[in-house]
Amino acid sequence: MRTDLAVIGAGPAGLAAALAASARGVRVALVDAATQPGGQFYRQPAAALGAGRPEALHHRWRTWERLRDGLAASAVRALTDHHVWSVERTPDGFTVHALLGPDQQEPAEVHARAVLLATGGYEQVLPFPGWTLPGVVTAGGAQAMLKGALVVPGRRAVVAGTGPLLLPVATGLAAAGVEVAALVESAAPRRLARHAPALAGKLTEGAGHAARLLRHRVPVLTRHTVVRAHGDDGLTGVTVAALDAQGRVRPGTERHLPCDTLATGHGMLPHTDLAESLGCRLDGLTVAVDPEQRTNVPGVWAAGEATGIGGAALALAEGHIAGCSAAAHLHDTAPAPEPSVVHLHDTAPAPGPSVIHLHDTAPAPGPSVVYPPGTAPAPEPSVVHPPGTAPGPEPAAHPPGTVLGPAPAALKARTRLARSAAALESAYAPPVHWPEQITDDTVICRCEEVTAGAVREALDLGAGDERTVKLLSRAGMGWCQGRMCGTAVAALAGCAPTPAKRPFARPVPLGVLARQHPQEGQS
Amino acid sequence: MSESLTCDVVVVGAGVVGAAAALYAARAGLDAVVVDRGPVAGGTTGAGEGNLLVSDKEPGPELELALLSARLWADLAREGLGRAVEYEAKGGVVVAGTDRALAGLEKLAAEQRAAGVEAVPVPPDRLTDLEPYLTPGLAGGVHYPQDAQVMPALAAAHLLRASKARVLTGREVTGVLRGPDGAVCGVRTDRGDLHAPAVVNAAGTWGGEVAARAGVSLPVLPRRGFVLVTEPLPPRIRHKVYAADYVADVASDSAALQTSPVVEGTPAGPVLIGASRERVGFDRSLSLPALRALAAGATGLFPFLAGVRAMRTYAGFRPYLPDHLPAIGADPRAPGLFHACGHEGAGIGLATGTGHLIAQVLAGRTPDLDLGPFRPDRFTEEAE
Repeated sequence: MRTDLAVIGAGPAGLAAALAASARGVRVALVDAATQPGGQFYRQPAAALGAGRPEALHHRWRTWERLRDGLAASAVRALTDHHVWSVERTPDGFTVHALLGPDQQEPAEVHARAVLLATGGYEQVLPFPGWTLPGVVTAGGAQAMLKGALVVPGRRAVVAGTGPLLLPVATGLAAAGVEVAALVESAAPRRLARHAPALAGKLTEGAGHAARLLRHRVPVLTRHTVVRAHGDDGLTGVTVAALDAQGRVRPGTERHLPCDTLATGHGMLPHTDLAESLGCRLDGLTVAVDPEQRTNVPGVWAAGEATGIGGAALALAEGHIAGCSAAAHLHDTAPAPEPSVVHLHDTAPAPGPSVIHLHDTAPAPGPSVVYPPGTAPAPEPSVVHPPGTAPGPEPAAHPPGTVLGPAPAALKARTRLARSAAALESAYAPPVHWPEQITDDTVICRCEEVTAGAVREALDLGAGDERTVKLLSRAGMGWCQGRMCGTAVAALAGCAPTPAKRPFARPVPLGVLARQHPQEGQS
Repeated sequence: MSESLTCDVVVVGAGVVGAAAALYAARAGLDAVVVDRGPVAGGTTGAGEGNLLVSDKEPGPELELALLSARLWADLAREGLGRAVEYEAKGGVVVAGTDRALAGLEKLAAEQRAAGVEAVPVPPDRLTDLEPYLTPGLAGGVHYPQDAQVMPALAAAHLLRASKARVLTGREVTGVLRGPDGAVCGVRTDRGDLHAPAVVNAAGTWGGEVAARAGVSLPVLPRRGFVLVTEPLPPRIRHKVYAADYVADVASDSAALQTSPVVEGTPAGPVLIGASRERVGFDRSLSLPALRALAAGATGLFPFLAGVRAMRTYAGFRPYLPDHLPAIGADPRAPGLFHACGHEGAGIGLATGTGHLIAQVLAGRTPDLDLGPFRPDRFTEEAE
């Protein structure tokens, strides 16, 4: 199919972008691998499950309803079950190459004049002895089971690792009837306190989670870590220990917590494969964008977690800004390079609903709530409702020349949320010395079953970075292409993680590639 | 972090050629230090397929070097390195789709036999004895039992380890030291000088730069290649299998995209599909047309591959010289400087022979092969 703008990823950023661009008269295709839009954040139970109250699993339900209804009322072509494996530059734009799910054997192509990458992020899990036992799941995986399949992973769970996702996972599991034996967070509370000004909104909001943890009597252990998971055929418990100021395990503090489930996660990493193979500049591990969310490749925008892990609210704001910018450029009415509130007010007073709705930030918890700063900030802070996602009439298509700029609220929100995202990232860094806990028999690369000992052997053979460790040990050569083990391999190698080159964002049948080859004589 | 060292020979480049040079130099009794700006196997070696081929070479100096190298690889495997470097004496099967291509292939095979290559014609109805999954309807082929395979990065790493040479990675050679008499006396690195009466340039694609740092020119250019890697499969492809057009591609001077599929299984399971060739400088960006051509060629040879997924692809840069022969031997323009680079797409295969010959020259012995065709200064003369 042909379209003006292909938005890749139908999570918060992609939805906001698609709606903003569509409302400005741009033909939009919203391409996503899942069976319904929403992404991981707004993951929906499969219709066949007949969930009675899916909203109980989401505390941002109203935002989702607006996005969902906005999408239904819009002209956006939502292409679900499209697994994008590559985006190719063509003389007149881009071709998005996808495989149709769930088999991923049949190709589909979307030809677009511009591309907006809202590819999101994925969970990072750092290995420790026993982490491959059945019963150990990722924190995000546990959440996905709750949201998407309406199942709980076990009866007695420990939630461990670092990062703001652990809180809603712990409270979600507890609310679903799982006994949560502990929430084990390796970050130190005072690290969060140090960033209190930037986190003001989040700390208040996190109080909601703290209250829920208290209500469910979930013990919170900060500056602790899981040093080992135990069990033969399945998880029977974990050993947790306290960390010292340098992030090393304090000898003698180990204790055993029986559990059948460990939900563990260590933050998120951005999906940058498509951006990288399009030639977009990366800033560290994230896609570099300008204030309009444009990448350095003309015609390619990026928004949401791909441009830096910041949560759903920031993704909504960025997606909205990106969608507006893409629309303006596709209409040849480029906004000023740095969209400013003044400029926007001058040219196009934002429609009514461009206000920031702060949900769930009600300071409900009174003084009786014990809320250690640092244990509780939520990953899902106040939500911005850019035009198109908020209730109220969204202006229909505008004739060229009068394309609305982004809502001032979105611009303000992005600034504020990006600041708190940076503070969170700094506060929730995994303990510096965590690789020391990895025993030689610990599997690092699960796809190829490469142990830490084999990685260390590769280093001894002269490997010096992720790539050469991979070549000499096969760590990262399997199905996930190093998405799971990349950080651990880099840490064992003593170097900073670098974005891997994955020209195929997902495996592609050779027959699909071959059929695209011009027949002999034509080439 | 500055460190000054003295040794008999500095090898610049920790790829497979540098590793082989270090190994044979050590066996000749020389104390070698290997220095590389990156890690071991960080350049073209790490992007190679590990082809040890005699089948794709026309009679001439390169084929002689390939035959010498094949013997040395087999020796190393016998000595106990075989498993570590995933050496497989699997043999090659070259097929022809048309009678015309088959005629060309059989003519080449006859010439190769005269030069000492084992090349066994295979009639069309016997091809599936060798490769059960080959497409039907081929005109015929030739079996080359001497073709073999190693895992290139492991080969470089284990040859280096076997050499017991000191390996300094992450250390860039910034200059080549010359004495008052003009003779090379070591290298300058970003972390100190390495003193030695001999320096071996085994810097692969970057060999021209290292030569320039010694004040001599060596026109090494990059030629990009992509390799496709499939999901792991049970063993179905037993040999290195490729189409007869490949031979023409290797010798071609065309800058246009040329592909012909070299398809092979690996001990780890994935099938490798390689041999796209483009002259596009050091451009690593993805080329879907090149990958489509590889996939079309591979599925043309093995139809079952159409349903197999490509997991990844990677690009590498073959270092080539204008006449498609490597530079091997002493550089008369800079006494003490020796070159071992420019092997194009055959560096893994030719590494052992190259290292062996370089070590013979370093030790003052007569090399087993005439190095005349590989003289590093042969392009200077042409320019003058």
